[in-house]
Amino acid sequence: MSDNFEVPKALTGTGAWLDDRFHGARGVRVLMRKVFPDHWSFMLGEIALWSFVILLLTGTFLSLFFVPSMNDVVYHGSYVKLDGIKMSEAYQSTLNISFDVRGGLLMRQIHHWAADLFMASLIIHMLRVFFTGAYRKPREINWLIGIGLFTLGLLEGLFGYSLPDDQLSGAGLRILEGVLQGIPIVGTYLAFFLFGGGFPGNVIVPRLYILHVFLIPGILLALITAHLFIMFHQKHTQMPAKGNTEKNVVGAPFFPYFLAKGGAWFFFIFAALVLLATFAEINPLWLYGPYTPLAISSASQPDFYMGLLEGSLRIMPAWEINGFGHTLTLSVLIPALLPLGLVLGGAAAWPFFEQWATGDKAFHNINDRPRNAPVRTATGMATITFYGVMWAEGANDVIADKLQIPLYTITWIARVMIFVGPAIAFFVTKRICLGLQRKDNETLLHGYESGIIRQLPNGEYIEVHRPVNEEARAVLEAKRPTALMPGSGSEDENGIPAPSSKGLLGKARVRANRAFAETVVLESDGHGHGNGHEEIEAGDEHPVGAGQLPAGDAAEEDTGSRGL
Amino acid sequence: MSDIEETDGSEGAEVASGPVAPHRVIGTPPPAPRLLGGGTEPAAAGSESAVSSESAGGVAVADHDEELRQPTEAEIQRGNRAEKVVVACFVIAFLAGCGFIAAYIGLPVGLDRLGPGGSTLDAALRSNLALGTSLSVALLALGLGALLWVRLLMPEVEIVEERHELQSAPADRAAFAETFKQGAGYSQFVKRPLVRRSLILGTLPLVAAPLVLLRDMGPLPGTSLRHTVWSPGRRLLVYGTNTPITPADFSAPGSMITIVPEGYEDDPDALVKAGVILIKFRPGELDIPVRTQGSTLVGTMNWTVDNIVAYSKICTHIGCPVALYEQTTHHILCPCHQSTFDASTGATVIFGPAARPLPQLPMTVNTDGYLVAKSDFTQPVGPSFWERG
Amino acid sequence: MSWINARRRRPVAGYAALVLGLVVVGLLYGAFTRSSGSAQASSPPASQSDINTGKDLFDATCSSCHGLDAQGTSQGPSLIGAGAAAVNFQVSTGRMPAKEVGAENERKPPVFNAQQIAELGDYVASLGGGPTVPDAQQVATSGANTALGEQLFSANCAQCHGFAGAGGALTYGKDAPPLTEASPTQIYEAMLTGPEAMPVFGDGSINPSAKRDIIAYIVATRKEPNPGGFSLGRTGPVTEGLVVFLGGMGFLVIIAMWITYKRRDPRPQGTE
Repeated sequence: MSDNFEVPKALTGTGAWLDDRFHGARGVRVLMRKVFPDHWSFMLGEIALWSFVILLLTGTFLSLFFVPSMNDVVYHGSYVKLDGIKMSEAYQSTLNISFDVRGGLLMRQIHHWAADLFMASLIIHMLRVFFTGAYRKPREINWLIGIGLFTLGLLEGLFGYSLPDDQLSGAGLRILEGVLQGIPIVGTYLAFFLFGGGFPGNVIVPRLYILHVFLIPGILLALITAHLFIMFHQKHTQMPAKGNTEKNVVGAPFFPYFLAKGGAWFFFIFAALVLLATFAEINPLWLYGPYTPLAISSASQPDFYMGLLEGSLRIMPAWEINGFGHTLTLSVLIPALLPLGLVLGGAAAWPFFEQWATGDKAFHNINDRPRNAPVRTATGMATITFYGVMWAEGANDVIADKLQIPLYTITWIARVMIFVGPAIAFFVTKRICLGLQRKDNETLLHGYESGIIRQLPNGEYIEVHRPVNEEARAVLEAKRPTALMPGSGSEDENGIPAPSSKGLLGKARVRANRAFAETVVLESDGHGHGNGHEEIEAGDEHPVGAGQLPAGDAAEEDTGSRGL
Repeated sequence: MSDIEETDGSEGAEVASGPVAPHRVIGTPPPAPRLLGGGTEPAAAGSESAVSSESAGGVAVADHDEELRQPTEAEIQRGNRAEKVVVACFVIAFLAGCGFIAAYIGLPVGLDRLGPGGSTLDAALRSNLALGTSLSVALLALGLGALLWVRLLMPEVEIVEERHELQSAPADRAAFAETFKQGAGYSQFVKRPLVRRSLILGTLPLVAAPLVLLRDMGPLPGTSLRHTVWSPGRRLLVYGTNTPITPADFSAPGSMITIVPEGYEDDPDALVKAGVILIKFRPGELDIPVRTQGSTLVGTMNWTVDNIVAYSKICTHIGCPVALYEQTTHHILCPCHQSTFDASTGATVIFGPAARPLPQLPMTVNTDGYLVAKSDFTQPVGPSFWERG
Repeated sequence: MSWINARRRRPVAGYAALVLGLVVVGLLYGAFTRSSGSAQASSPPASQSDINTGKDLFDATCSSCHGLDAQGTSQGPSLIGAGAAAVNFQVSTGRMPAKEVGAENERKPPVFNAQQIAELGDYVASLGGGPTVPDAQQVATSGANTALGEQLFSANCAQCHGFAGAGGALTYGKDAPPLTEASPTQIYEAMLTGPEAMPVFGDGSINPSAKRDIIAYIVATRKEPNPGGFSLGRTGPVTEGLVVFLGGMGFLVIIAMWITYKRRDPRPQGTE
């Protein structure tokens, strides 16, 4: 239906005025027609984006009332239970915000929930990007920016919840100082420089404040802008579907569809955060009390996104090396640096490792289905298991209390599972992926089970199978198995061979390549072995190409299969 | 006998009615019942209204879409019904937003505004509930309205946009290289290595300068980590009440209390190293062997008084107060990372990441009968550090 | 004739004489036996009949583990010197009589009523003294200094019982119970007697006034509402993290699926 309406003079006038100065007509028109593919999992990064915006808004409100000072005052405010207690101005101003400023408690809670949601959505978003292979060329830089955003988010959250100088976050700062202090050679200097002397001193809160409200948000904002711009410029990836190719983007135009859906999404995210802030209390620091160095509570944990570090500190046995007048405190350094370093470093290196192992230098704009990349998916699940075990160990005293499991038992279980768990997860996930690939192939060849039972003249009952339609077929066929590199390594486009596959690195590469290339290949003639499908084992001479069905496969007759 | 059926729509009752595809496009949920019992049919001819020409930027923009066909009567009805729903959502948002402002104005918080007899927490709860509920209703209504607007009022349009090659054409790359070489040539950056190197030399100190400027962020640690404020004769005070304590005051076996040094009761910088945990044992239960570290005495029964022992309260792992004392097992447990120390044998480590026992405070009784320190700790307290040794 | 002589032969005279005799003996007994040791809660001296009833109760219920003279057996420790406060705490919280030997005893409905508990306490106190049950004055929370209570609680109690008294884990399967149900008297007695793994906080280290402040702090904390919404257990960031993942992300993922779901075009896509 064509809408016959006049664009109001105000809009056309403004548009012309701007265009006179910025030459925008063509570019903005392109923007209006820009296509954003529509899949629910593509909206996870936006949760982080809008949470960040909400953090900026609520944070600005809080900064109007918060006093970043560690000077001592005696409290005589509205929360009479603490009347007469000595506390820092930071803590007092936070009590003030919670109890004397209208909307203050709500803003504080929205702010804290938004920080948690920001980190949670970042984790889920990173996992989505990982499992669909959306970090591959040309998006490696964006992946690295994303990891940078995550790391900065960790720090930002840590500094943020340490600002009110309460008992819980003060204990966290003490742990930060203890870890810094343990760093070889420069540790004590770093600790004394950061805290302006011994712990706690009286400068850490103002220093963290300026990091938290100015420096890190500035860097975050710049990185987020870069992240979005790159995504904009390269266009978003797409899920495999009929009509989606490596060379196009299919969806609804930005104006008005994506604008409206994006706006709706922003309101839903904001609403979710306000609902949490209304009905779920977070960080009730009037119950924690002001920070004092000799008090501590059971169930002292940092916010969940620091859980990996907390768990790794708890899981560690007591290892320390003393010699030549120096101490190397491994029971602090290893947990603080190794697990998080492994996870983040591994994530950062992964796109390049995968390229190295698969020799895949092509552009990828269509996402992988996780089952079609078994080694990647299995590695991801192993990492999740590793992360999850540490995370649970970080809450071990809460688990011990609520589930009545002895405390040391949990730690011992974690010490074992941290090695065994990822190995099991890797193996099981890989087998599941290959199994799912087999199922896909069966469906392609023999059709789907229609649920209709038919009795044959000879009395036998069979279930009728129907061939899948084109849309489903496009998805099932969207598989690009890794090419097996012949023993000597791959060649670049000018025909110059890469360094030989001899040597430790070369051999490792060949082995990695074989692991990545393991896949279930569709055989066109079906029968023969078991369910009729071959697995290409390592050592096969024929590199596997893209899974293409021979023509005419759609309606195959297959007497033997029950399709079960 | 084939067990695969062709579905050509001509079969009768056996054919599953409705959509043909049994397997979902991966990642999208199964065909859901229509929202609110009806929506607009795809008014555009689906993906057929796709791209036509390629513009210069490589982004295909249709010069004109196929005309969306005229809506049917039923579709117009559905659209009008949907419009009512969307409008209702926005009206609810308006009312809730007004409610938010009313709640802000009408619900006071803080004793200053509540007046005498007011309950701070009840007022805060009321205000938070009212403000939060109205705000979330407003936001949900706006989101819902916007979403229903897109799904129910806007026609379904799908367009296809071409991705342009990210890689520049070889000619462009060559031209780039050429221009770069030309510019570099003009600058003589390559031709005159002395200029280049002296530039780098000239900027090096300025690069280091910001790091140098950070020096005054804090004092050098020196030996401050090796000492606490405990000194000979300094009395042990109960933390909080700041009262001195005699062995008779602390006579019940299984007693435990947090101790601070006299003169530094309110000084967190001192307390973070000088905090002490005092424990009373039954006769015969306390057995601290004589321990030395190098030539320094670090543990002995001589530093106890009447089966009362004083240990540093600062965990030797990372410095949390190690406070959890179980009198039945005489274990001291640190709640941060579960380092566990056996208080009856000199706070030796029995579990957890702490690598060293808690330092023992040399303790005795002064002439007035109060517990006092004999001297400072004989080893650094708290977390390990490089220079500790 | 004197007033007493005129009523000497009445039936009630005998009972009056008996009561008088008991009172005198009780007073004498109370005057000559004193509870031992350092600063204690003061309480009225127990009467001999109370002690006797207490002994009967004790023999019936407690002696199997604690011995007929409360001297202890392999099943239970000696109660000589434990004091009425310990008895009152253990029995009024239902921890004693114990469910099992050796297990950590948890609060359960008490078996004895207040009168019986007092008698048990009197009997045990008669064996060897020990801390006495605090009187109402000592556990009154009005006018107490909750600020000092917060300081003392957070330095000596929170590491086991949690910053808001929600409880916490100890080693080897034990736990420090939540403080939501204990009465002020029971809290006082627990501090004074150090039940099971809990250390003793005698009056020499935490004096009675400070104990009052701690009790006032605990009572105020557990009574006060949660202005931010549901408390999520008052255990800190662990439950908050669970809620943000399951509640926040879960809700939003469902909304995202709703926003993007594709209506399947029912028209056939051509022939298969």
